[in-house]
Amino acid sequence: MAKYIATRLVSVIPTLFGISVLVFLAVRFIPGTIVDQILGADSIPTQETIDSLRAYFGIDQPIHTQYLRWIGDAVQGDLGTSWRTSQPVASMIAARLPVTIELTVAAMFVALVTGIPLGILSAMRENTRLDHVIRIASLFSLSVPIFWQAAMLILVLSLWFNWTPPAGYVGPIEEPGTNFRMMILPSIVLGTSVSATIMRMTRSSMLDVMRQDYIRTARAKGQAERVIVWAHGLKNALIPVITVAGLQVGYLLGGAVITEEVFTLPGLGRLVLGAIHQRDYPVVQGAVLFIAAMFILINLIVDVIYAYVNPTLRYD
Amino acid sequence: MTKGVHLMENATVLRAHPRMPQWRRSVRLTFRNRLVFVGGLLVVALTLVALFAGLVAPYDPIATNSSVALRSPSVEHPFGTDRFGRDVFSRAIHGSRISLWVSLASVAVATTVGTILGLASGYFGRWTDLLISRVLDILFSFPGLLLAIGIAAFLGPGQNNAILAIAIVYSPLIARVVRGSVLAERHKEYVEAARLIGARHGRILRRHVLPNVLSPIIVQASITLSYAILIEASLSYLGLGTQPPNPSWGTMLSEGRPFLERAPWMSVFPGMSIMLAVFAFNLLGDGLREMLDPRLRSG
Repeated sequence: MAKYIATRLVSVIPTLFGISVLVFLAVRFIPGTIVDQILGADSIPTQETIDSLRAYFGIDQPIHTQYLRWIGDAVQGDLGTSWRTSQPVASMIAARLPVTIELTVAAMFVALVTGIPLGILSAMRENTRLDHVIRIASLFSLSVPIFWQAAMLILVLSLWFNWTPPAGYVGPIEEPGTNFRMMILPSIVLGTSVSATIMRMTRSSMLDVMRQDYIRTARAKGQAERVIVWAHGLKNALIPVITVAGLQVGYLLGGAVITEEVFTLPGLGRLVLGAIHQRDYPVVQGAVLFIAAMFILINLIVDVIYAYVNPTLRYD
Repeated sequence: MTKGVHLMENATVLRAHPRMPQWRRSVRLTFRNRLVFVGGLLVVALTLVALFAGLVAPYDPIATNSSVALRSPSVEHPFGTDRFGRDVFSRAIHGSRISLWVSLASVAVATTVGTILGLASGYFGRWTDLLISRVLDILFSFPGLLLAIGIAAFLGPGQNNAILAIAIVYSPLIARVVRGSVLAERHKEYVEAARLIGARHGRILRRHVLPNVLSPIIVQASITLSYAILIEASLSYLGLGTQPPNPSWGTMLSEGRPFLERAPWMSVFPGMSIMLAVFAFNLLGDGLREMLDPRLRSG
């Protein structure tokens, strides 16, 4: 197992390197630099002013020198400074990260507690009306844009129940009650989109498992159906569901961008969107690199868990 | 209807008519598979509406008329009007054209690029595979929507840049599916035979390998179309895709946001249009996956 983890860890390094090069070059290839932005289109600056500004922002150096300096600082936790706020990018990310983590975890919770039971129910009632209803509902759920679902939920709750989620963000430790009321809608909106995928995976995995010989043997032994489903069936059927759930974290991180924007939650997604609109490239660069690294780390953890529960994988 | 039942039914069609021409077999299978039939019907209807938007829409989707601003749904304006007095129904109809065009164009680019990369990676193996797989791994390391937002932001807002962004996001997905299928095919006897009679790599890939990996490509492309519609709507909603006053569904939702309580019809109908279109492609993709299941082909 230790060898497997070591191999997977080593394989992550070239990917991380590639991501850093891609993010760095993408920002450098955008037409116009920070200097052009500061000087504006109408001004006619002297060459001396331009040169001193280029030197100040370090963009007078050859591109590989710029990259090495940036990546050298990044591995030490220094992701640069925001052009707009002059704050360190790393501390801006650190301030926004808890909101995104809370939203992602809560959404995953919603997805699992709805997706897995519905998947089991659908598989156990295969080909019945209930199965068809659940499957069609899951397809609809996959087809709804997050921002529209959010708008409709807000509309229904405010028009019919006269309830609106509290404005402004407070942390779960300072005011748990307000935080819960604030996060419940975003978590439902983001979670139901993933719930459909988890439901579909649970259903097909459960159907596969329930057709295995050992299930037939358990039935032949006269074991109670409840024990067969929960102890034998579900335990094995959940293995691929873990992988799918882990991979969906990436989707949740992407979806969090939109969800945070709609519900005005001050998370990483809104930080990236705001920085994009303000053309604050150090923030975009740092935050995107951070999210990608986080995504790779989560995938790595999922792989390790999967290898742990399914030993045949470790020898591939 | 379940996969097992479908496979058995489809197998019966094939076995009962061993000499039936390929196209007739395909048509029969399409009609037998309810998902493909209903999904296909919806997609055809949507395409017709998009193609003949000018004839279906009762009003000009861009022309403003402040005297009828924010009118609720009525006989004259079935989906109501927006804050500039534009007919929401006409804008939703014309929105289908933009949505379908952006998603079709981006998926066409993604499928072409992804297929070429997947074929090369799976067939040549070694360094070619290593290089392409590493690049794909890097692109896979970004959450899809975030990557699309990033690319669209760097390229600048606009429809063509949105097409490019969506294509870049989904090329790796197609490439990975194609690579996997090519790996399964490349050591088969027909490929070895073609090699032995001296066929060039290009010819082997084009004439022999590609036709045998087409099914997963078709399935993946149809499912990707539904993702592409959602991403286009998201980009336009965030102001990075289609630009106003052009009536993209995402742009319409973004415009309706401040009027959610006063004029909910501005948000309800464009959202339902997105949902219907994505649902149609999801249905079609799911059905095609059942219909073109490899287990059936090997049976």
